[in-house]
Amino acid sequence: MKGEPEKKKVRRIRVDVDKCVGCRSCQLACSAFHANPKYSSVNPARARIRMMINPQNDEYVPIRATDYTKAACDGRRVYTINGNEYSDCSFCGSICPARDLFKEPGTGLPLKCDMCEDDPPRELPVCVQACPPNALTYEEVEEEVEGDEEKLDDVALGLKSLLDRYGYEQLADTFARISQKSREQHRSRSARERRD
Amino acid sequence: MRYAETGYKLEVDLSRGNIEKVETDPEITEQHLGGQGTAIKELWDRVPPEVEPFSPENLLIFSTGMLTATPVCGANRTVVNSFAPQTNMYLHSVLGGYWGPELKHAGFDRIVISGKSPDLVYLWINNDKVEIRDASHLKGKGANETADILRKELNDQDVQVVSIGLAGENRVYFASIEHGSSSAARGGAGAIMGDKKLKAIAVRGTKELNVAYPKELFESYLRLTKEIYENPATGDTMADSYTDTFHHDNFSWGNARVRRKGFWSEEYEEKYVKFTEENLLRWTGCYNCPKHCHLLMAWPGRKNNFVKCFGRATYHMAAFKEHDFSYEITPVALEYGFDSYSTPQVMAFAIELYKVGILTDADLPNFPSDVKDRFYYLLDKIARRDGIGDVLANGIYWAARQIGKGAEKYDHNTLKKFEQVPLKLGKLNPPYFLMTATGEKMNVPQIEGSFPQDPLPTREEREEFVSGWEAAPNERMKQIFVEWEKKYDVTNEESCMIVDWNEIMHYVDDAVGLCAFVSSFRGGQFGGRPPYHIHNIPDFIKLAHGLELDKDGLWKIAARNRNLIRALNVRRGLRRKDEKPPEDHWAVRDHEFEQNLLDDYYEFKGWTIDGIPRKDTLHELGLGYVSDDLIKRGILTGDELPPSQEKQKQEAQKTGGASRER
Repeated sequence: MKGEPEKKKVRRIRVDVDKCVGCRSCQLACSAFHANPKYSSVNPARARIRMMINPQNDEYVPIRATDYTKAACDGRRVYTINGNEYSDCSFCGSICPARDLFKEPGTGLPLKCDMCEDDPPRELPVCVQACPPNALTYEEVEEEVEGDEEKLDDVALGLKSLLDRYGYEQLADTFARISQKSREQHRSRSARERRD
Repeated sequence: MRYAETGYKLEVDLSRGNIEKVETDPEITEQHLGGQGTAIKELWDRVPPEVEPFSPENLLIFSTGMLTATPVCGANRTVVNSFAPQTNMYLHSVLGGYWGPELKHAGFDRIVISGKSPDLVYLWINNDKVEIRDASHLKGKGANETADILRKELNDQDVQVVSIGLAGENRVYFASIEHGSSSAARGGAGAIMGDKKLKAIAVRGTKELNVAYPKELFESYLRLTKEIYENPATGDTMADSYTDTFHHDNFSWGNARVRRKGFWSEEYEEKYVKFTEENLLRWTGCYNCPKHCHLLMAWPGRKNNFVKCFGRATYHMAAFKEHDFSYEITPVALEYGFDSYSTPQVMAFAIELYKVGILTDADLPNFPSDVKDRFYYLLDKIARRDGIGDVLANGIYWAARQIGKGAEKYDHNTLKKFEQVPLKLGKLNPPYFLMTATGEKMNVPQIEGSFPQDPLPTREEREEFVSGWEAAPNERMKQIFVEWEKKYDVTNEESCMIVDWNEIMHYVDDAVGLCAFVSSFRGGQFGGRPPYHIHNIPDFIKLAHGLELDKDGLWKIAARNRNLIRALNVRRGLRRKDEKPPEDHWAVRDHEFEQNLLDDYYEFKGWTIDGIPRKDTLHELGLGYVSDDLIKRGILTGDELPPSQEKQKQEAQKTGGASRER
């Protein structure tokens, strides 16, 4: 059930593609910030913002990962801009099953932009900080939004995507089996440590 | 865990179709860093001097710099090394863009290519999955056209490609390797790729690259990216100002013949800016660099293409035309895969020979009368090695000798058989004499840049300049600048120190993968405030890689690399006699002065009077094995003295002999 509309501070990243020089620093910075441990590695393929670049065609479009969805849209529209064809997918930020974009290499878990949530909070998301040409800028606006918006952290989002992929039963079974095993391991390790 | 580097290289033998992933020795990294440094170690160990450039035993090495793809802003270079068909010496060329970082994320620091494929192939690297694939469908395709086809074929827009065009396939000695906005153009790397029948290397990498001190490195990255963006002396300064009096009024036009003082005018600039802006789509940068050095052009009737730096001017200056001609011909030349420094000179040389009757209509059937048409005619002939194009494709030095009939006289701008920047100046500039004569890269822009080209007019200005000159390696360098009044008035000792420093900075960049436009080539002559210099690069190496070095340690590694390259060339026959800048490079020459300067420089470098690194020098740099090899080959005896002592000895022997005669 949806809640009543309410005023809320909305954090936004504006994109001015005309100012983009194609350096992909946004990708690099994003991947560093979201590395584990933080900043310990970089990998543009793991970034939650991606540069769609076709150099000769003058396509330099940063796209931010938006929402996770378990179903793909129909994506049937074709757009022509300056003689080049694009689809609904071309500039879409959704994490959807139709493509590999915004999924962690290896695990395939969804990578969603969280505006660089940090403790203490950052003044700016790192991609914006990493963009001195100002192709990316940050703003906060007051907007009327539907209340009770569900907000998932990385773990919840990852679980949700696994749930969508494998179904509740398989996931629950696997989880029970693994947690049982690791509990046993943990117990025998503690017992060993006590003996030592 | 290895930081900043992946710790692996890819060995590809195209003769046998063998591919191996090989772990690299961390000690080699500590000795040579990466990029050019680790590549030359491979060349020294694996390519004996008898190996011809077009032999299957010659290696073609694509190396990322040690810091390439790390958060160190501007570290994105790929260095291409081999032995060059034109010079039979060390080949060095650098490219930016996205390719090097992609290779690192695929899990490799470098690719070492040996052998020769029987048929045209391309290499497809998708993380650990590496394949040699048939490229018969790419035969004759343009360099960037090939990249487009491969991205479609592999169904991934993020695939990064280096490729050659028709010039490379036909082993034109000045063929380039192209990568969208960037090229490894000088030296003929494209010809080696073509000889190995390797049309392209496509890479996709999605692996992590770890760094040693994450938080500190990230903080400095955010700071640097902003600083570099705001520093007007970094990047291509020609991108920020359309005014290019510097090249047009000072560099030589045609076959490096004529200076046109006063060519540049306000009216010219207005016209040129108008048609440039009407047709430009965007200025772009390389991976992890906020500068905008490449101009993406959509010239009417041409495929969109990138124009950059002095390459924006070389074609029209060689043809005595204007910028619109460069914009028009560059896309064609880039698809063929040509170096924009050598190629226009070769064509202007051919036109000169035709004008004086050394080349005739028999050599150039249906040769057009208009100079623009002539350039297209020649470009096509050379790319196809068709008729006279087959001769011109070997570069001016070899073409002149093949043509004969006095053509040698028109080869006036090569050094070590390699076309030089078209500089024809008045008075000899001592540091520039040394850089031109002795630089292993045979190309002044890859050697100069840290020390200013000109003194400032007053002592006060010079003192102010040095007061914040963090990049200066020591107090002595600051002193030299403060005392410097007249451009050409530099002592030999000062020249040696200046040249040594200039060189060292490029050797550092080419090993760590920093773009020269944020470091070695954006020093003194651009205001002396480069973001990277000998004092702070060790900090970035530590933060990204973990290797702890101080300024002297870094300097020593660069000197080790420099001397190893010297030894590579010496082993292939390079000697003092070859260190002769073109006769007309400066109008006023003084043979005795130049030779004394060369003696002093060799002495400063720890070389023999013949320009060979001495045994003691090599040992001090940890290159004892190089010294042993040179001694075994009879190139060194091991007893060589510094040039000053050698001259004294020779003098004593002469006078001693004379007294006996009396």
